[in-house]
Amino acid sequence: MSTTTPLRIELSAIDGIISSLRQQHYTVVGPTVRGASIVLDEISSTSDLPVGWMCEQAPARYRLIKLPVDSLFAHTVGPHSWKQYLFPPILRLFSANRNDGEIRIGDGLPGSDVPGAGDAVRPYAFLGVRSCDLHAILIQDKIFGGGPYQDAYYRRVREQTWIIAVNCTLASATCFCASTKTGPKASSGYDLALTEVITEQDHYFIVEVGTERGLKLLEGLNHRPANESETARAAELVEGTASQMARSLETENIREVLYQSADHTRWEAVAKRCLTCANCTMVCPTCFCATVEDTVDLTGMRAERLRKWDSCFNMDFSYIHGGSVRSSVKARYRHWLTHKLASWIDQFGTLGCVGCGRCITWCPVGIDITEEYRAIRDTTLTNLVPSSTEEVENGNA
Amino acid sequence: MKKEKKPKLAVWKFSSCDGCQLSLLDCEDELLTIADRIEIANFREASRQVLRGPYDISLVEGSITTPHDAERIHQVRRASKFLVTIGACATAGGIQALRNFKDVKEFVSLVYATPSYIETLNKSTPIADHVFVDFELRGCPISKTQLIDVLGALLVGRKPTTPTYSVCVECKQRGIVCGLVAFGPPCMGPVTQAGCNALCPSYHRGCYGCFGPKETPNTSALASYWRGLGMKNDELLRLHRSYNAYAEPFRKESEAHEK
Repeated sequence: MSTTTPLRIELSAIDGIISSLRQQHYTVVGPTVRGASIVLDEISSTSDLPVGWMCEQAPARYRLIKLPVDSLFAHTVGPHSWKQYLFPPILRLFSANRNDGEIRIGDGLPGSDVPGAGDAVRPYAFLGVRSCDLHAILIQDKIFGGGPYQDAYYRRVREQTWIIAVNCTLASATCFCASTKTGPKASSGYDLALTEVITEQDHYFIVEVGTERGLKLLEGLNHRPANESETARAAELVEGTASQMARSLETENIREVLYQSADHTRWEAVAKRCLTCANCTMVCPTCFCATVEDTVDLTGMRAERLRKWDSCFNMDFSYIHGGSVRSSVKARYRHWLTHKLASWIDQFGTLGCVGCGRCITWCPVGIDITEEYRAIRDTTLTNLVPSSTEEVENGNA
Repeated sequence: MKKEKKPKLAVWKFSSCDGCQLSLLDCEDELLTIADRIEIANFREASRQVLRGPYDISLVEGSITTPHDAERIHQVRRASKFLVTIGACATAGGIQALRNFKDVKEFVSLVYATPSYIETLNKSTPIADHVFVDFELRGCPISKTQLIDVLGALLVGRKPTTPTYSVCVECKQRGIVCGLVAFGPPCMGPVTQAGCNALCPSYHRGCYGCFGPKETPNTSALASYWRGLGMKNDELLRLHRSYNAYAEPFRKESEAHEK
């Protein structure tokens, strides 16, 4: 499908896309301004999108900036990621009710904000998925939807989800997807991919079609094949985004470098700065850890089991008989970074980092994953011993 | 059907504002269930009726600030099977522990017409400094949800769910955007224990640290980052010196910013 020639749609067609998906009973979720940031929430028209807003990001800093143009997608990724819809922060795995000596298991709780694992799911249409986040979804597909143990809730939601990607035409200072090869252009996994083009006289979108249903959605909306100069203009914008990125992660030999750096002095240095507050893991679009909490009400008649987002920065995360395995800050930071950039490769075949930069922006003290890795690499690389997978001891999860 | 013997609950007050024991009355919807499952044997805020001990569960509010308190807490301990301290006063000394940083005699002479009538200790200290405490519920005031959870856990013999991680985790679970990053400090969330369900951040306010220091709090990293942004010593001192001023990590951090 993606081999078809790119199409051109006008600004007004975005409203057409949204209303057509809504008519098909999809909950359209997209970026929208709320307070001082651009979050993800249900949208019903283009006026809900961050019209004319971009964001300025730096370590521990996020600010919105008003632009003189009515752009829809001049911002980059924000505090939320799509994982909150596919892997909800709190999910009711089941509830149990005792009635006349019988225990009945269910999972629904009418009127509750907390979704139940067996609830009928709302079909979502994600509008404005950036390439980094699309790669994150593809990674979580492997985690929750691949292999012998699958997450039924994730799969049910994911199978119905529409993905309308947006290629980035601006980078934030915390972006580094070009170096992790996960952006700024969406390469696959989308129904439609849009590139927003704004010139002095014109405001249009170049659309690449990824699926049959994507093509069908465009029927009835005003579109035509894009001409060469329009396609070239869009491509130029996206290439320009890649060259704007000041940060990078050197991925060559990354696994080997980290496996040989368990005793690096940098871990001590970063531990002095790290708050173990878990913000980095919560905003990360690929982090997938959760804990399970059991509660029983006062009457002893109703119990429920909730799954909640957890983090390897929390002490209870590695608690076993005798205490937490990773009680020092150093051990927790090292574990997170080494999993993300090294053992993830053994586990899922890709890096666990998609270069979205959220962990840099939303760390309250601005710890920068690219800087930490660079410091380790710069002093380890010269002594690097080539290793094979068999020699890898620590395939931790 | 055999009538089960209900566990006896007692509520004890030391130096405090009564707000935490009010949380028990504030249970409203659950209050009748609590009364049905637990015998409220000593709770003066709710009833004059006082039943004799020993008590299966004692909720202790307030800090130790007088010689009388320091004796009475031992009696409470002796009469209690399971002693739960509730609130910042009982778990950390409370706001009245601000005296611990000054000379209490000076306050007494300034405030009272006849200072000799006042019998007080130099420091306001948490209950755990005096007797063994089985479980602590943090907060100023405590969370009603956590209180019900702990009572429920004791009734069925399960582990209470009172996480010791940061407030940030609760913000993120609720989708609340981090104010520290989006509009700037202060917010004590990254060094404060969860439990309030991120109440202040949900109203676009920074966390005040009511639930005290989280597990492994790195207060000095946060404070030195804020100092880099231009925050002054007296501000840093005040942030750490409030309801949980005498909790060790906050105490040490505030002292580090004392000129």
